[in-house]
Parts: sequence; C-alpha cells; structure tokens
Amino acid sequence: MDYVVELLHITKTFPGIKANDDVSLQLRKGEIHALLGENGAGKSTLMSILFGLYKPDTGIIKVRGEEVKIKNPNDANRLGIGMVHQHFKLVHNFTVAENIVLGMENTKYGFLSMDTAIKKIVELSDRYKLKIDPNALISDISVGMQQRVEILKMLYRQAEILIFDEPTAVLTPQEIIELMSIMRNLILEGKSIILITHKLNEIKLVADRCSVLRKGKYIGTVNVKDSTPSLLAEMMVGRKVSLELKKKPAIPKEVVFKVSNLSLKNPHSEKFLLKDVSFEVRAGEILCIAGIEGNGQTQLVEAITGLTPIHDGVVVLNNEDITQATIRHRNNAGISHIPEDRHRHGLVLDYTLEENLILQSYFEPKFQNRGFLKFDEIRTNANYLIQNFDIRSGKGPETKTRSMSGGNQQKAIVAREISRGSDLLIAVQPTRGLDVGAIEYIHHQLLNERDRGKAVLLVSLELDEVMMVSDRILVMYEGEIVGEFDPKTTTENELGLYMAGSKKREVQ
Amino acid sequence: MKKTFDWSNVISNIKSYVTSHWFGLTGLLLLFIFLFITPSFLTTTEVGYLINLWVLIITAFVLIVGKVVQFFRKNKHFVPSESAPLISGLGSVLAIIIGLIVGLIIMYIVNPEQAFQGFLVILKGGFNQGMASFGTMIYYAVPIILTGLSVSFAFRTGLFNIGASGQLIFGAFVAVYIGIKWDFLAGVPFLHWFVAVLGALLAGAAWGAIPGLLKAYRNVNEVVSSIMLNYIAVYWVAIMIKADQSIYFKTQDRLYDILPSAVTPKFGLDQIFVGSQINIGIVVAILIAIILYIILFKTTFGYELKAVGLNRDAAKYAGVNAKRNIVLSMIISGAVAGIAGAMIFLDRGAWFKPEIVLRPEGFTGIAISLLGLNHPFGVVFAGLFYGSLERGGEYLNLLRFKHEIIDIIIAVIIYVSALGLILQKLVIKNLKWNSKIFQKIKRVILKESPSDQSEGGATQ
Repeated sequence: MDYVVELLHITKTFPGIKANDDVSLQLRKGEIHALLGENGAGKSTLMSILFGLYKPDTGIIKVRGEEVKIKNPNDANRLGIGMVHQHFKLVHNFTVAENIVLGMENTKYGFLSMDTAIKKIVELSDRYKLKIDPNALISDISVGMQQRVEILKMLYRQAEILIFDEPTAVLTPQEIIELMSIMRNLILEGKSIILITHKLNEIKLVADRCSVLRKGKYIGTVNVKDSTPSLLAEMMVGRKVSLELKKKPAIPKEVVFKVSNLSLKNPHSEKFLLKDVSFEVRAGEILCIAGIEGNGQTQLVEAITGLTPIHDGVVVLNNEDITQATIRHRNNAGISHIPEDRHRHGLVLDYTLEENLILQSYFEPKFQNRGFLKFDEIRTNANYLIQNFDIRSGKGPETKTRSMSGGNQQKAIVAREISRGSDLLIAVQPTRGLDVGAIEYIHHQLLNERDRGKAVLLVSLELDEVMMVSDRILVMYEGEIVGEFDPKTTTENELGLYMAGSKKREVQ
Repeated sequence: MKKTFDWSNVISNIKSYVTSHWFGLTGLLLLFIFLFITPSFLTTTEVGYLINLWVLIITAFVLIVGKVVQFFRKNKHFVPSESAPLISGLGSVLAIIIGLIVGLIIMYIVNPEQAFQGFLVILKGGFNQGMASFGTMIYYAVPIILTGLSVSFAFRTGLFNIGASGQLIFGAFVAVYIGIKWDFLAGVPFLHWFVAVLGALLAGAAWGAIPGLLKAYRNVNEVVSSIMLNYIAVYWVAIMIKADQSIYFKTQDRLYDILPSAVTPKFGLDQIFVGSQINIGIVVAILIAIILYIILFKTTFGYELKAVGLNRDAAKYAGVNAKRNIVLSMIISGAVAGIAGAMIFLDRGAWFKPEIVLRPEGFTGIAISLLGLNHPFGVVFAGLFYGSLERGGEYLNLLRFKHEIIDIIIAVIIYVSALGLILQKLVIKNLKWNSKIFQKIKRVILKESPSDQSEGGATQ
C-alpha cells in the first residue's frame, strides 16, 4: 500500500505534559483520513509537527516513502502539504485572486501580472468544481466561499496533501454537504486529505479511515465503514458515552423574560446589527437561538446583559423594565450569563479559582464586611462549588484559572452562574471547544436548571446541540429573527435553509 | 457562652504559639535589641557599629529562616518551581546580580586598579559609614519608595502613571506653602506637619485625578496625559512661586524655609542612626505600603481594582464600574506621589526652587515598581536597595569613579528585569536542578522521616 505521509512513533513533550506519546499516523494516497480526538488529545500538536512548527522529540516523518526533516512551514509547502485553517487567513479588502497569489505573485519586469494567475485560478476552480469568482472581494463573499478560497490557495501552491482543521465549524448544513462533495472531488483528482474533527457524523459521511488520539496517546485506526459513531466516541473518550440526551418534556410556565422590538445599529454605518427582535422566554423552558456566527447573536446577548446600551426597544425581566439598568442591577435582578468568550468576559485568568467563583457576588454581605473580603467564606464557597460541579484543577481553590483546562474553566463559570440561582440563565455557546464528556455535563446542567423552573436562553451555533437541548428554536439571520421552530417537528435541513437566509417566515 | 476561664488551655496555647513561632519571636527580640538597647551602649565607634551590624544581620537571618520554616510547615506540598511569586522574586534577584556584574565590568574598563575596591563600596552601599550612612540611605530611599508605591498601585489597575513626577511637585508645593504660611497650626505638636502632608496628599490626588478622569470618560491614554501634566505642574508651580512675594525668597531664587513646626519629626530615630538625616518618613512610607497592601489584597475595592487591571472586559461583565475604579486608582496613586513630595521638602535645608526640571523620583519610581514586582512590600525592599546603591554611588566619588556608574547598574537591572520571562525560565530550571536540596531542607524542617517523602519525590 502506498502511503503519502507517514508519521511514525512521534513523541513530543512540553514542560509537564506529553502532548504526543508514540503516535503514528499513515495517510494513504487518495483517501480521506479523519483524525479524531477531544480537545487536548494532541491533534494540533501532531499536525504542527507535520507542518514544521514543532520539532518532535523522537519519531520520523516520511513523505512519499522518503524520510524528511520538516523544519518550518515553507519546507512543508515544498513537500506539497497544505493546511486549511479553522480561522481563515485571508485579507478582507483583497480580491479572491489577490489572496490566492499572495506570497507567490507572478511578476513581469517587477510589476504584478495577475492575468496568468487568474487564468490558472479559473482553471483550478473549474477542475475541482469550486465555483469561485476570482475578482470578488473577500469581504463580499460568504463564509463557505471563503473556505473554498482557502482550499484553492492550497491547490494553487500545488499541495498534494491537504489538512482540514475543523472545517465545518463555521458552515451551515447545506454548506457542509457541499464541502463534503468538494473533498470527494479532490480525492478523485488524486489528492489526499487529513480531516481534523470531533464530529462523528461527518467522519461517517466522508472519511475512509479514522485514527483516534486520546490524551496524547494513539488509540487506533479503524475503517469507517466497519465502525459505528458510538464505537468511535468510545475510542475517543475512553468510556461509553450516550450520544442521546434523555430529557423530560418541558413544562413552560409564566413569562420570565421578554424582549420587544429591540434594534441596534452599527455606530459606524447605518447597517442594522439587530432589527426589531422580539421574543419571550418562559420559566421551565430552554429557548434556543440558532444561526451562523456573526448574525447578531453576540450583539443581542450584549444588549440583553447590558454590555452595550439599548436605544431602541424594551427588555423586561420579571415584569421589571431593565432596558436602561446597569449590568450590576441586571445581574442582581436575576440574570445569569455564561458568556460566549470565557477568556474575555467570563474569567479573570490571573485570578485564582476561588476569586473567580465570586466574580458576580463578591459585593454581597456573604463575602464581605464593610468592604473587607471574608476569605474563609470565599474558600468555603469555592470548596462547595468545586465538589458539586466537579471542577478539577491542580491546586484546588488556589489554582490560577489560566492554568486550568478549557473544560474546567467552563465548568467554573457554569458553577458560578448556576449557583447564583437567577431566574434567567443565558448561555452563549456554552460547549464551544469542549470535549464530549464536558459537553454532556453542561447539557445536563442546562436541563437541570430548566427542570427546576428556571428560564434558559441558549445561543448556539451547533445544530446538533440546538436540536438536542432546546424546547423551542428561533433562527437569526442578519440581525433578524426569521423563524420559530419546534425541535420535534423540524429538521436540521430546514433550519439550515433559514440560517442561510434563503427562507424566511413571520414569527407568530 | 461559658465565662469560666480555662488557664491550662491558655498556657498550652501560649506554649504551642512559642514553639511554633520561636524563630519569629527571637527575631523580634533581636530587632528590639538592635533598635533600642545596643545604640545606647555603643555609640558611633567602629566596634559598636560592627556589633550592631552583626545584630542586624542575625536578626534578618533569623526572621527569614523563621518565615521559611513557618511557610513549609503550612504548605507541606510546596513545589518551588511551580510557585509564581518565588520564581518572579528570584528573577528580580537574578536581574540585580546581572546588573551588578555589568557594573563591575564597566568599572573594570574605566579604572582597572580600583574596580574591585569600588565594587565593594557599591555592595556595602548604605553600610559604608555605619549607622550614619545607613540612616541617610533610608532618608533618601523614602521618596523613591513612595513614588514606587504610587506607580505600582496604578499599575495593578492596568494604568501606567508616568505622572508621578508632576503629582509629586504639586504635592510638594502645597506642603511647603502650608509649611511656610500656616503658622496658626504651630501650637499643637505635629499638627502643622500633619496638615502639610495632608495638603500634599490632596494636591497629588487632584493632579492624579485629571488623567484618571480623561482616561475613564474620554478614553485619553493616561501615559500621554500624565506625562504632559508633569510639565504643566512644573511650570505652573514655578509661576505660582514667583508671583507670591510672601513665600518667594527672591535673592536666593527659592522658597523661604518652612517653619520648624512643619519639619518632619524624627521621634528619636536620629538617636539610633546617629549622624544621619533620617526622620519618620520611612515610617510613613511603610505605613502607606501596608495600607495599599490591605486595599489591594483584603478589600472588595482592591478586588475590583485588580479585576479591572487584569481583564477590563470581565470586570465590566461582572458589573464593576470600571470608570469609577480608574479614577479612584489614579487619585490614590497621585496622593501617594504627593506625599513623596512632602517627604522630600518638609525638612530643614530641603529648599524648594522654582526650577523647570522634572523631579527624577517620579521616573525612578517606575523602575522601583518594576523591580518590586508591583507589590507594596516588594517596592519597599526595592526602594531600600536603590537607596543603598545610591549611597554607594556617593561614596564611589571618593575613588576615581563617577556617580553615574550607579545609574548604569540600575538601568541594566531594569533592562534585565524586563526580560523577565527568560530569567524566570532560568530560575525554574535551576530550582528543578536543586529540588533534591529542597527536599532535604524540607525534611529537616518538617522533621519527617525519609520514608514519608514519597509524594515529595514527584517534583523531580
């Protein structure tokens, strides 16, 4: 069997952690090889080694059967290895063609000659059915199209081996299907693909073989045809996981939270970030706001929680108008907020765990007396939450949160916000970047809150999550709510059409 | 509540306190001897000075060892290479050592014969001429400690206060003005002085508030606004002095002497440090360090301030009024710088001149703050260290060296501290290498048998 890339017995140690421990990965010519693993399993390290960003401690790399030393990304490019990053590396006010040639421009007497480049791009685009307009500006094209530009960039550099890093995170279901067919086309043209992902259904859909890493160790490689998602999940996590979420039917009660006619304009242009948004959340239900990233969800949550001022519209919590209230007032009046960006908003990373656990309540008489902090109470509180929410850290309450894993940081935020006992819990992408175990845990916490009669507003980009957790779904597109759905009767496909803006209906 | 008093319990409590804190108690006793007993027996003679110096060194040693023992007993699973304060502290020490070595090299290039002699003079610093130079060292360290505290406090809130110099000069002017004019306060002991310091505090606070307000409400970069306010302060003070004939001593181009009642009291410190200019300024500085420490680490206000400094977005998310905190932080920072001004000029012979020069203390304070790791107590030690180097520099003039060597050493130390990460890596590496020794020390301190040490071995 022909292998285009072989990573054999790679070991890479960072201070205090073995990121890769005797890991091997063999990529056959013309296959899609999935690399599956939780966050921190060592996928990125392995790919960084292949890409020349890290040097392995031991182990060898073979490309097309020959042993090579890859010292930097340029070496990797020369060997025909290209990477499509999760966050695109494109210049927004350049055209597609300019972005593609950037770094290896054709010149004539020192002047840029784009014509030959454009010709080549069009040719490549046709050959792989990428449907790209080389003269469009990046800022004008959709996210899915931008990803195709990234792919084309690699093809233009004659990459034979393409690495896709979590490529579907930013796509709608329709775009995902399109991407899958593009990947198939690439294979037919003789390219080989490594697909980094943690989504099991994608692997089932497109990959030929799948290698699993767990905690830096190589677990095994399976033929995707002969395996099941639950088997893969078990390999990835190391124990049986339920991919289904058992939940009782919701019993919605009175309206806790109501947003009416909320609009927000971009201060620098006249574009609406939010347009006439109205909805209500009842006690004992999980309302989910679905949509593709950047369609106003962030702005909506910031307006509701007071991070940005509201000029147009009314927000009511428990029959109290909080449209103009301060953040502190809202928090005390009954809003808990699990923020989208846990590093930016959720935590003071250089504070210890116990200090972060009182971030929303340090001013309460429980934790202070005439302005002096009660350290005993703070420690008791931290120990209680650590035990009840199973937050793991090196030195318990005294651990700096910066040194904790993403999952445990998120658990700390969830613990803090849930323990405050607010009537409304706003959770924005609470499972972003977490592993299967932690995701399962956080979903259970959200359901528990619902069953205890709290109102939960969940903002999520992951359709699986939306379908699984929510009791009611609103879809946002370009700052507007374009539809309301019942997860029991709708399909991912239908939601996807609304998310992409190709369908729209009035909300009852 | 039972009111009966259980004496045996009290005695056993005292017993256990003495046995667990005997190092600290001995240290305090020695400190007491150093401060109050020996000076009265031994005056400025060389022998007396030497004995007293040794008492001080033993005191420091006992106190430090006591602290270490106490620490290890409390934190049995302490791993030196994972302790951030220890690493950054040792990083600072390493920076100092590198700075001194560079100084030595330069001295050797400039004047090879006297290089080592001169280097010893620098090392001895404030101890060159016994208690007199030690007291003078403390005297000159006070304003630098205070400006260092000022800068470090603002820094904890994420603000870079380069305006300490202007706040200092403004505070100093108000202090001296009160010291000259408000003679009606002279009746009550220390009241006049106290009011003058208070005036400096308020003036510095007001001057610090301006960049704070601009930053909070108009998002003006505090570095730019505070540095510009330095110049405004200097010129404005000069104008005010020259306009007021009742305070301006025109023929000597300076302010009149302050009244004796406004001179910073000495409280007998000059009896201990015989022949020096020392006054209670150092007590004021240490008190302020303690107050700032309490504010920063024990109060909700400090919790908010640090949160704003470390992550403004998270502070906002938690409902902290970041704007108010920025203003308050700058006010406190300015007030401390203002007191520094009072400490310089509320003394005999410290003549205030309407010069158009920025006081260097404001900028040295930035360096001291950095060297002291922005911690109030760290700043006190860094300030004293700087004072010692400064004194050493003065005595260096007796040899054929320029005083500026000291500035070079300080500059190198700051420069190297700024490369902190590299130093810290070095420290971590060496701590690991030494961890066997650490384990041995730990074993002795904890009186553990080697067989209990299995979990300690995991650090290697």
